[in-house]
Amino acid sequence: MARIGVFICHCGENISATVDVEKVARLAGKLSGVAYSVDYKYMCSDPGQTLIVDAIKEHKLTGIVVGACSPRMHEGTFRKAAEKAGINPYFCEMANIREHCSWVHPKSDETTRKALDIVRTMVEKVKNDTALFPIKVPVTKTALVIGGGIAGIQAALDIANAGHQVIMVEKTPSIGGHMSQLSETFPTLDCSQCILTPRMVEVAQHPNITLHTFAEVENVSGFIGNFDVNIRLKAKSVDFSKCTGCGSCWQKCPAKKIPDEFNAGMSFRTAIYTPFPQAVPNKPVIDRANCTWFTKGGKCGICAKICPTGAIDYTVQDEIINVKVGAIVTATGFDIKHSDFFPEYGYGKHPDIIDGLQFERLASASGPTGGEIRRPSDGKVPETVVFLACAGSRDKAKGIEYCSKICCMYTAKHAMLYKHKNHHGKAHVFYMDIRSAGKSYDEFVRRAIEEDDVNYIRGRVSRIYEKNGKLMVVGVDTLLNAKPVTIEADMVVLATAVIANEDAESVAQKLHISYDKHKFFAEAHPKLKPVETNTAGITLAGACQSAKDIPETVAQASAAAAKTIILFSGSEMTREPVVATVNRSAAPVFTTCTGCFLCQEVCPYQAIEREEIRDRAGNLLMNAAKVNAGLCQGCGTCVAMCRNKSIDLQGFSNQQMLSEVMGLLNAPFE
Amino acid sequence: MAETFEPKIVAFVCNWCTYAGADLAGTSRTKYATNVRIIRFPCTGRIDFMLLIKAFQNGADGIIVSGCHPNDCHYTSGNFHARRRWMVFKSLLDFMGFPTDRITFSWVSAAEGKKWAELVNETTDSVRALGPFTEYKNLDFTQFNQIDHEGIAEKSR
Amino acid sequence: MRVGYYPGCSLQGSGREYSESLLAVAEKCGIVLEEINDWNCCGASAAHSLNHDLSVALPARTLALAEKQGLEQILVPCAACFSRLATAQQELVSSEPMRSKISDYLEMPVKGSARILTVFEFLQEHIFPVADQYIVNKLNHKTACYYGCLLSRPKDLTRLEYPEDPMEMEAVMEKAGATPIDWAFKTECCGAGLSVSRTDIVAKLSAKIVEDAVSRGAESIVVACPMCQMNLDLRRKEINKQMDQGSDIPVMFVTQALGLSMGLSADKLGLNRHFVSTGKVVSCVGRKEV
Repeated sequence: MARIGVFICHCGENISATVDVEKVARLAGKLSGVAYSVDYKYMCSDPGQTLIVDAIKEHKLTGIVVGACSPRMHEGTFRKAAEKAGINPYFCEMANIREHCSWVHPKSDETTRKALDIVRTMVEKVKNDTALFPIKVPVTKTALVIGGGIAGIQAALDIANAGHQVIMVEKTPSIGGHMSQLSETFPTLDCSQCILTPRMVEVAQHPNITLHTFAEVENVSGFIGNFDVNIRLKAKSVDFSKCTGCGSCWQKCPAKKIPDEFNAGMSFRTAIYTPFPQAVPNKPVIDRANCTWFTKGGKCGICAKICPTGAIDYTVQDEIINVKVGAIVTATGFDIKHSDFFPEYGYGKHPDIIDGLQFERLASASGPTGGEIRRPSDGKVPETVVFLACAGSRDKAKGIEYCSKICCMYTAKHAMLYKHKNHHGKAHVFYMDIRSAGKSYDEFVRRAIEEDDVNYIRGRVSRIYEKNGKLMVVGVDTLLNAKPVTIEADMVVLATAVIANEDAESVAQKLHISYDKHKFFAEAHPKLKPVETNTAGITLAGACQSAKDIPETVAQASAAAAKTIILFSGSEMTREPVVATVNRSAAPVFTTCTGCFLCQEVCPYQAIEREEIRDRAGNLLMNAAKVNAGLCQGCGTCVAMCRNKSIDLQGFSNQQMLSEVMGLLNAPFE
Repeated sequence: MAETFEPKIVAFVCNWCTYAGADLAGTSRTKYATNVRIIRFPCTGRIDFMLLIKAFQNGADGIIVSGCHPNDCHYTSGNFHARRRWMVFKSLLDFMGFPTDRITFSWVSAAEGKKWAELVNETTDSVRALGPFTEYKNLDFTQFNQIDHEGIAEKSR
Repeated sequence: MRVGYYPGCSLQGSGREYSESLLAVAEKCGIVLEEINDWNCCGASAAHSLNHDLSVALPARTLALAEKQGLEQILVPCAACFSRLATAQQELVSSEPMRSKISDYLEMPVKGSARILTVFEFLQEHIFPVADQYIVNKLNHKTACYYGCLLSRPKDLTRLEYPEDPMEMEAVMEKAGATPIDWAFKTECCGAGLSVSRTDIVAKLSAKIVEDAVSRGAESIVVACPMCQMNLDLRRKEINKQMDQGSDIPVMFVTQALGLSMGLSADKLGLNRHFVSTGKVVSCVGRKEV
């Protein structure tokens, strides 16, 4: 005989403001099977939980329903309380009357009625709950870090230093990411590569880190603690065990006109190349799509002839390796919109209208101009440079309504770098707002304005066109009563939007993690779980989640590492027992399963096995399905597939779901 | 003067996407029609469509089935099975003369709180326009119960 | 395929040359343009500034008449008329209550089902397939193709491939054997309807357009809007006052230019009625390439 306890939470005013919680508690007490019903201000608080524990003991409750926030918030909290009181935690269900009711409806009888409906639904479910016991699974204490930028590097080092193995996968030939392309970083104007390269070397030399560059994740299966990952090691065409990094090959490569990705397309590289001098590993790979040997059927082959150690191998193919990991850190980074996206700024027609990353390369001592700011068109030093902040971000019409966060700071930085290198030049910045909220950030922008004489104009630019060799930048000064301003510039730098990588969607789908409409990966909770995803065991670090600067990226990467280290801290992991089971009973029935194995076909985790059912003499009677509880993730697709309902999902059984529907729609009273 | 009819909408949603999307609508305080009640499933793949019939039988006027977008299922493929199941089931229901425009099949991700609210509002409006679902309840089962099933089975042996 | 024709008020008045040259080119190519019976003024800027329903009803009446006439495609050469008709059509099609209200006003059913063509779409789909056999002369000069505002905005309505740097008119001029130049003021405003009330503003804005075209070596400006033609041509005296050095660069309709390349006489195309003489450009026609 069920004795259910109903506990309705006010949640301060969050629920009680629109739902009559006393009435809900009172009416819930009259439901069949409910032995005790009460309301309280803060159920999740210590006194609230004590209230529940005491009530369970005093009224000998067999199950509880807590009408409060979403189970995604506090199901764990209340299940622990139930356990403390001595009942199986799976006899505790939450009725979501906050996110799904009080927060989305106005104060009314209808809202209260809805809250009661939701509570009643869950009471019916609890009446059909069964005791479930956690499943223990082993944890593979190896982490996979996808992405070798500063986020991935930080996370990998933290996890490795904690004593665990790390496998890092980076799709370009070198780790370092966008940070390696920067010249100086704000707000200190530290040389970016100087602070980054020691970390890169540390990763390469760390005994606990296995680094795979020029590699991509092919697919991921399994679940937290037990992921099975296939990694494609793309064919480098260079045997790293023989290559010494001498550089003879790329010095002699005749294919010299390939746009250099590292220099943001402003210079050329060869087909066999290292992306930049401080690359880690500092050994070249062949870009087969642009290599004469591969595109013209065996012609050329100079690098192979010239290599002193015979390290070039044109025949090697991609290799797929399989690794088992317990946790995955996603640190795949970002991209930026390029200037051909802007129709009003000329559809990318003019070479002297560049984006922020291209300016970084100009300013960088290792860049195409050796650190001198020169126009890409004719190599002359520009006398007037105009910087456009918010070029494309915060603009619904362009489909990018968010703020890209880093541009106000790097625009100020760019203007300052230009002025430091050209004292007599004129720098103008067209801005909407100045977002410089970090530590020492606002002082940095003030420095640009007050010390380096950068002219900040509050207004947007409507058009840029070329006239008599100058770029006419047509904008407005809103602080001077919307006065139209036209500046004749020699170079224009657009602070374009930070966007997700082109392959972000496919990476997310491989990992089964959520992403938003801009293809940034979704965190589990915007406030309280900024590094976890909805997929247990997979964390996020860096700009793949949303635009952010380096200090935030490093902080988030360490957070992701911490979550991973927590996972690895025990010898095994307890799993939620929401798994499927195929019924079994005594002879002569044994099971109602007919052995059709439709369930096995649809299971995404290969968790269904064939079990041979034999009689006492050992004769084979039939093959029936059996669930491997360690692999089953509890999706229940098999349950819906089963033609005669022989397989059921614990925690969401057929009886439970039916009783929810029946309980919802058959109100005993209005 | 009869009260304006307010439809009862039951939503069968998956825990990882739509339920979370509804949570997000809540966290964002997006307001929407009060007519919907959510039943939580781990995955849309778990939804046995006979439960939809049970819901109609017991007073639901409209139903929403919603899960993760194709390719985004938390369990990889559950939503594909749900989609295929729905296509076959819908054909069957159409053949039976069942008003399938009372069932809305959708995808709402965990980031789409606004979409959830819009979905609820649109479904509520369209089901309200269709009126209460009385046909099922008006089916006369007494005739069925008076048929001599045993006799028919005997004769055919 | 029957093509309906809506000239609109301007093409029967100050923009007469546009209609004459368009009809002459169509006739030459064997395309019949069926004028919509009893069409009325589209309302232009007057209607939409005063009363929303009126601004939809006026063009809607013309659309209703076109439907009654059984026309599935309508060519609307005037840029402002096109904007009004296409906007009204969008309203009719997207809002059933609006469509039914307007039908009531008109005492005529209107569906908004006809396809409304811009002059570029008409030239591309109906004239281009047959034009080559009729083009006998090359225009042999550099031209600046000027679109102005209503031919390029709103971009979803006007359907240009590159709304900020269109090339549709350039394609026509190339077919006619002219050399279109790349210039910066293709879609800048000429001053539009301020021609009478604020001629000074028209003078300033149009001067910038003329100045840019001339400085880049254009020998003619080619337009597809009667308002733009009027501002750049009729108001040349005022424009010249705004420029350091005045210009006598002629302003032709794109259909006049096309007609010239098809061997039609300057008289037939109305080229003798411009305020700024078109003589120099007409004399370039048929010359060997310079």
